Amino acid sequence: MSQFLEISGLCARIDADGQEKQILRGVDLTIPPGEVHAIMGPNGCGKSTLSYVLAGREDYEVTAGSVTFKGQDLLAMEPEERAAAGLFLAFQSPIELPGVNNANFLRTAVNAVRRARGLEELDAVAFLKMAREAAKSLSMAPDMLKRNVNVGFSGGEKKRNEVLQMTLLQPSFAILDETDSGLDVDALRIVAEGVNRLRSPDFSALVITHHQKLLDYLVPDRIHVMAKGRIILSGGPELAKRIDQEGYTKFLAEAA
Amino acid sequence: MNAISKDMSGPLSSFAQRLNDVEGAERQAAIGALLRTGLPDRHVEAWKYTSLRPLSAQEFQAPPAQYDAAQAKSLLDNLLSQHDAVQALPRIVFVNGRFVKDLSLLPEGVDVSFFSQNSLTSDVQASPDRDPLVALNTALVDDGAILHVAKGADAGRVLLISLGVAGDTAISFHPRHSVVLEEGAHLALLSLSAGVGPYFHNPVTEVTVGESAKLYHTTLQTEGPQAIALATTYVQVAGHGVYNSFALGLGSLLSRHEVHARLNAPHAQLHVNGAQNLAEHQVGDITSVITHAASDCISRQTVRNVLDGHARGVFQGKVLVEQVAQKTDGYQMNQALLLSENAEIDAKPELEIYADDVRCSHGATVGALDDDQLFYMRSRGVPEAQARHILIAAFLDEALSLIEDETAQEYCRAMLAIRFSAERKAA
Repeated sequence: MSQFLEISGLCARIDADGQEKQILRGVDLTIPPGEVHAIMGPNGCGKSTLSYVLAGREDYEVTAGSVTFKGQDLLAMEPEERAAAGLFLAFQSPIELPGVNNANFLRTAVNAVRRARGLEELDAVAFLKMAREAAKSLSMAPDMLKRNVNVGFSGGEKKRNEVLQMTLLQPSFAILDETDSGLDVDALRIVAEGVNRLRSPDFSALVITHHQKLLDYLVPDRIHVMAKGRIILSGGPELAKRIDQEGYTKFLAEAA
Repeated sequence: MNAISKDMSGPLSSFAQRLNDVEGAERQAAIGALLRTGLPDRHVEAWKYTSLRPLSAQEFQAPPAQYDAAQAKSLLDNLLSQHDAVQALPRIVFVNGRFVKDLSLLPEGVDVSFFSQNSLTSDVQASPDRDPLVALNTALVDDGAILHVAKGADAGRVLLISLGVAGDTAISFHPRHSVVLEEGAHLALLSLSAGVGPYFHNPVTEVTVGESAKLYHTTLQTEGPQAIALATTYVQVAGHGVYNSFALGLGSLLSRHEVHARLNAPHAQLHVNGAQNLAEHQVGDITSVITHAASDCISRQTVRNVLDGHARGVFQGKVLVEQVAQKTDGYQMNQALLLSENAEIDAKPELEIYADDVRCSHGATVGALDDDQLFYMRSRGVPEAQARHILIAAFLDEALSLIEDETAQEYCRAMLAIRFSAERKAA
């Protein structure tokens, strides 16, 4: 029986300015249902690439390995099919969509996902009620639903908007790519609470972060250390504290 | 009279028989002008990017008296049913270039008469000598609406609708419309066009905006896929008058929306905005000549093009600032979004300035859809085709938001949304 999310031997490269660059070099990672895992690692180790490959970004070429998600071949699916299947990626740098109203976009996304999941679509009134409540719980200003998607949003507002999308799309597996970067302590707490509210036996998450702080709020079940395109070490929550105190260098040396 | 047809070559020969039968001094004079120049080919500067060769492919007959009435009705219903506020508006409906009373709902605040009951000569800005398409129109016109709004009157909104209903035989129609707003008058005019079958729609519209009068003119072109639609509009604006126009082009195999506008007295304002969304082998040409002939006038032009498949967009915009036109404030911008490798935009902005104290700017951009934006939307579950349409609509929306008349703006948005959802269903 396959696991909820199972990544094995995943290798991926990107074509950067005509030069092929291997970034993932055999990632093995299993996430059971209901668990929150964290990935830590130095810059350039492949954390963000892993998140993009899982979400289906086309710039990356998978050269080896496999990913199964709820028994399905994730890598064979289009990005929108992955979202419908329950995967969500909170972007490290959320994209601005000039001319696209935030509430309209959210409703379009929610209804596309509901349609694909065989659920009834929400009308404008029902949706807006739900969206306003969710926005309020994230302490977002009410006018953020009326503005264009991420346009003119501060760094913190963008991250909250990602968590708002996640809340409304109800994923069963979320990847949070440095959702804590650029957040002050209050915003970090609000975002973490937003994630914690989703926690249930049917919700798993992979949290990519540099910092111990977010993990204080989220308390992951497992922590993985990534370096040079591979997971080199896995352990319990105590691993984060060791990294925080000792830095990555020691781990990298041990793994070498 | 048979001598005429011998001199007709190229596209003009498609109308030879009918031109032979034309009577009346003014129409004969127009034919004389036509024979001197012929219809323009691509050696003529103003037609460098748009070829009239499709006109040569077939002979265009005069529209027969009978047409498929059920088809006309269904085209009309289709136009009106897209927006509640439009359904109830007064409308002047033409089928194959002739006024049809049964389909119309004449407005109250506007004095309406028809060219079929009038002689051609009135206050003519459109000159057959200058433009062969105007000459062709002058020679073959048999109807058109004459709208007159009295001094100080607010005539509300009026629809001017053209339906082309062609069977197996290609037909052409050449209506001549005239819109006159007296001092301080106000009108919001929506010109809609749609059709089926092979036809050539060649309207000429003359607009006169009186002192401190205001005309909102929205043109929505949804002609049939085999249609050729070459529309020429002449505009003159008096002091403190406003001509605020927007042209949205979605239909036709080949279309040209050509505006000649003249700011005649100080503090007149002109907005000649537009957008087009074309695919397959469509060609859409937006051409304008804006003349500042007085001081302290404002002209604005924002045009956005979305081109897919093998579609080609043409933008020619000339702003001429005469020596007297000091303190002119002119702005012109043409932007294109190319959705396929085979789509093309040809842009020719021109500024010709003889005054020394003016503020004029112009620019042009070309781009493609942003991959990051597409991926972001798809990762939120929005299917690719829909994500593309959301981005295209957002691009066009910045132009559509310039439509001053709210109902017309909503209507254009609705028509665009319908176009997109039909495309997705077809895919």
